[in-house]
Parts: sequence; C-alpha cells; structure tokens
Amino acid sequence: MPNSKPKLQLDLQDLAPNEGALVLLRRALGQLAAGECLELHGDSAGLSEQLAAWCRKEGHRCETIQGLAGTYRIEAGGRVASVATSRFDVSETADPAWGLAPRGGRLETGGPQFGFTLRQKRDVWAHELNTIYKQAAAGQWSATRDIPWERLPRLAPEVEGAVAQIMTFLTENEFAALYVPARFIARIHPHYREVVEVLAMQVVDEARHAEAFTRRAEAGGAGLGTTAVSGQLSLQTLIEEPDFTTAVFLLCVMGEGTFLTLLKFLGEHAPDPVTSALALLAHRDEARHVAFGTEHLRYVFEREPDRRTSLASAVERRSRMLASISGLSPYVNDALVIYAGGGIGIGQVREGARLVAGLHGEMDRARRERLQSLGFDSAAATEMSAYHTKNFM
Amino acid sequence: MSGDKPVRIGAVAYDPKVVTIWEGFKEYFAKKGVAIDYVLYSTYDAQVDANLSGEVDVAWNSPLAWVKSQILSHGGCRAIAMRDTDRGLTTKIIVSSRSRMGDVPDLRGGRVAVGASDSPQATLIPLEMVADSGVKPGKDCEVLYHNVMVGKHGDHVGGERDAAKALAAGRVDAACVLDANYNVFINEGTLDPGTTRVLATTEPFDHCNFTAPADAPAERVQPFLDTLLAMSFEDPAVRPFMEMEGLRKWLPGRTSGYRQLERAVQRFRFYDGAALGAGS
Repeated sequence: MPNSKPKLQLDLQDLAPNEGALVLLRRALGQLAAGECLELHGDSAGLSEQLAAWCRKEGHRCETIQGLAGTYRIEAGGRVASVATSRFDVSETADPAWGLAPRGGRLETGGPQFGFTLRQKRDVWAHELNTIYKQAAAGQWSATRDIPWERLPRLAPEVEGAVAQIMTFLTENEFAALYVPARFIARIHPHYREVVEVLAMQVVDEARHAEAFTRRAEAGGAGLGTTAVSGQLSLQTLIEEPDFTTAVFLLCVMGEGTFLTLLKFLGEHAPDPVTSALALLAHRDEARHVAFGTEHLRYVFEREPDRRTSLASAVERRSRMLASISGLSPYVNDALVIYAGGGIGIGQVREGARLVAGLHGEMDRARRERLQSLGFDSAAATEMSAYHTKNFM
Repeated sequence: MSGDKPVRIGAVAYDPKVVTIWEGFKEYFAKKGVAIDYVLYSTYDAQVDANLSGEVDVAWNSPLAWVKSQILSHGGCRAIAMRDTDRGLTTKIIVSSRSRMGDVPDLRGGRVAVGASDSPQATLIPLEMVADSGVKPGKDCEVLYHNVMVGKHGDHVGGERDAAKALAAGRVDAACVLDANYNVFINEGTLDPGTTRVLATTEPFDHCNFTAPADAPAERVQPFLDTLLAMSFEDPAVRPFMEMEGLRKWLPGRTSGYRQLERAVQRFRFYDGAALGAGS
C-alpha cells in the first residue's frame, strides 16, 4: 500500500466484531473517499480473525502493520455512490423502483421494481388528505368505552327484530365499504402514502362498525336477520369495480353519501340509547369517508372535467346490471318501517311508512346536492341519483 | 467482428440463482453489442472438457477446474479475468475456544472436519497446510469429509457449514472454513460468537477465474473481456447480478495465487489415474 498518511484513525480497543466493532469501522470508512486510508487499532481476537475477509467483501484493502500487533491500515474502497432520493415533493409519477422507501428519503439504486399499478398522482390524489387523516386518527371511538350497552332496554320483540335486521343490513354494507378500499390499498404506490393512510383508516372504521353493529343485533336477543340477494348483487358490483376513481365515486360519494342520510334517520328514530349512539358515531366516520371521496373526485375533475361523463355512465351501467333488483330488500324495508313507526300497530305502521318514504326522498335530495357540488349539472344529478342502486350502497 | 456465433461462456449450476445471474449478464453484454450465450454444466469436470474441446469459448472456473485445465492442456490455458473477491482468500482452521491446541502440529491424533472432497478452500488447501506441518491427513489425524454436491468444487457452502456444525457439536476437534464463511457462520448463528478461535490461517490464495484456451480466437475472447472489465457496480441495470455473483469489480486474471492448490493436487494425487484419462 502506498505511504499515504492515514486520513483518519480509529481505536476500537477490545471491541469485537459481534460487539459492534464493524458499526464504528463502517462509520469511519464512510467518511473516506476511495484511496484514502484509515489507521485502525483493535485488540480483540475476533477482529484479527475476521477483518481481512470483511474488507475483501466490502471492497477495502487491508494490511497489518509490521511489528505492531492490533494495528491495521485500511485503504477505503470508496462509498457506494449510487443513492437516489425517492423525492420529497409528491411526484406526478411514482417510479416502481422507489418501492417502499419513504418519500423524501435516500434510496440505493439497483433495487427491485415493485408492481404497484396505481402510480400516477392524478389517479389517486385528493386535497385535504392530512386533515382527513388527523380527524380519523382522533375519531377512533371504542365500542366498549363509548356505547352505553348497560342502558339497552328490553324492546318489544317486533321492534327489536327490526333493529336486528337493520343492523344486519348495515353490517353487509360496511363489509363492502371495507373491502373496496382494501383492494386498492395493495395497488397504490407508497409514494402516495397519505392516500394509503386515509384508506387504511377507512378499513379500520368499517371493521369497527361491522363489529359494533353485529354486537347490537345479538345484544337484544333477536339475533342476526336475513341478507337478501338484491343486497348481495348490488355490493358485488361495488367490490368488483376495477377502476379506483369509479369505485371511490360509487362507494364513497354515492353509497356512503346515501348512508349518511340513513344513519341520520336511524339516529333520529332510534328506540334505544345504544342504537342511537351507534348511529351517531358511525355517521361521523362515514362523513369522513364521503369527504375523502368528494375531495378525490374534485381533484380528478380539476384535471379532467370530462371524467364526469364517464362516471355518469358508470352509474347507469351499474343500474342496468342491477335491473333485476326492483327495490330495497323487503326485509330491510319492512324493518325500517317498523323501526321508524315504533311498532306494528296500524297507526305506527302508517307513520313508519310515511317516514320511510320521506327518507327515500331525502336520500335523493342529498345525493343530487352532493353531485351538483361536484360540478354535475342539475339534469345529470337528477338522472344519476335516480339510477343509484336501490340497495342504498 | 466477433464472428457470427455468440461467445459461449460455460458456468456450473451450483444454485438456481446461476440462471438469473447469467440471464442478467447476457442482457448486459447484448446491450453493449457483444453477443454471449451461457452454457450450464452440472460438474466442473464436464465444463473443463467442454472448454478444452471448444464447445465453450470461456469457462467460469473454480480454482480446481483451472488447475485441471492446465494439467490437461499442459499449461495451455490463460486466466483472463476474475472477481475482486477472488484474490487473496485465506482458509482458517478453527477450534473450540476452550481447545488446548496451539498450532497445526497439535492436530496429530485429532479429528478434522473439512468440506466436500473436491473443495479447494474447505479441504484441499487446508489439508495441504496440515500435511506441510508434518501431520499426514488420514494417517496422523482423522479427516471427516462433508460431501455436499461433489463435482461442484465446494461452490455450494453446504459442506463447509456442516463442518462448522460438527465443530460446534463437539464431534470434531477442528474445522476448515473459508475466512469469509467464518464471518457468515458467526453472524448467522451456526457458530456462537466467542465459542471458537482460529488455530491457524493459510497463506492467501486466489479463487475463481475465467479460463480460455490459449488458442481461443482473440477476436471472440477480447470483446468479451473488454466488456466484462468495463462492467460497473454503479450501473443499476447490472448491479443486482454483480451482487448475486458476489463481486464489486472484475479484474484481469492472474495465476500467482494457485500454488498452494497445485501443491495439494500433486501431494494428494487428486488428478492421478482414471480422473485424467489417457494421454495426460
């Protein structure tokens, strides 16, 4: 090795390789350019046994110094130069090779390409993601802590049965609202981590709902109700929608939007404080999901106003697929009437039917309003709202 | 310029990753305008024959395959390239940290674990050092072979790992391991840190090289060699394959590091008799 004066000295004392000696050695060598020398001192037997092979593997040249035990001269092989950043600002396109590297960090080149298929910002982004996430994180209620289970009264069997049937219906739909984002999370490039994080919170919210609703159905003694084919058909078209923006539109804007109206209704006409609390808390979460959906669609429409047309077609296409569904499942419809009316007396049923008709009307009105706020004209909004699945979700 | 046919490179399939590595290198060479093809052999013996008969232009040889090629061709081969990690290896004879042995002659009467019978680093070279110290392997000390993938010259580390495990289990008094593998075995837990120490270390030796018969046409071999030496670790397209192959840089071949292995092959008569066939 040339008589180059060592640029650095390092004394490892008796620290052995398995005790962290290599940690300090790597730090020291990391400060040297190729060809610069380090004078290393170390007494441990392990170091003398392992140093030469380690240097060879890492691309450094190692020499012992004649007559000086435990002293070595190492000529650095140079830092591995290829480090690219995965970008701090949110890129319009995410490189497959950025993989799971956190945005803004450094990244060794030569790594594998990941198969995330959603890697264009325009396909997944939304404004206000940080706000939505913070609200979601702060709004994680607990079914055990925040629901007054001990105040659940014994309701008349027909009312309890109606509550249980509605809870069953809610659970089915919450499952769909869990699976749709879950399917897409796996495809979204981690560079757009805020989108992944918001969707992940959505999955958690729906898991919480499914558990709490099921618990309510069982708590009153009636047990779970019946799932209609119409519901299954409707939810299947949601779960199988392959386009992210279309799925978010159908689920978050149209489906969960409709559910906001339903949950408000259920809260207002709840026969017991548990059902009331559940409806209120679920409504808060669903409002956030609708907010995400709205923000994403707004972002998309800013760039592609014509996308509105294809989304209107998607709604129409879906309604044709669901043409066999003549209406809301009779199990659910009847349960809503009894729930709202408070019983099966003639007067109660009349009142319940009136309220449920009003509910449909309100759902339609709120849907149209939401669509118009997204820039759909009044005629399109009316048509799309009419085409929306009769299953609510 | 390099002829109509691609330059044929022989390699031994000691692990499925060999296919991945050579597919990657083949693509790299193609991008640089040099067409190569790789041919896989299951043993070095088959590869050596193929190289000398012209079936392949260049052979990616183990050091033992290099030595055999030189014997069969009467010194008529060239080592044209090697990895940076093929230069200056040592093998360590390791013992339990509680062992009372102080030097190689203390192995007399003991049991030594080695790798596969045809492993230069885990068997032939360390046993040459043992014999040199006056202790005849097999006569003055017992040798326990770990014959994993014989024919592949110890490329698969399995035999060596078994030898290390034998030492850890107390079934032998010493084991022979390549210096790099000693580090690996400690890191992966095969040898707990502090439970072994090095009894002796061989002199440095060299490992694999790209072998070409001296009469191989230069217009075929030279473009391959030039492109190989220009391969850069900084090139993200080829770096994964270099990492798999275990190098950062290709270097020109040299033959100064094979003397210990040549002496071992002679002393133990490794290639005497039927192994070489008539006319050797």
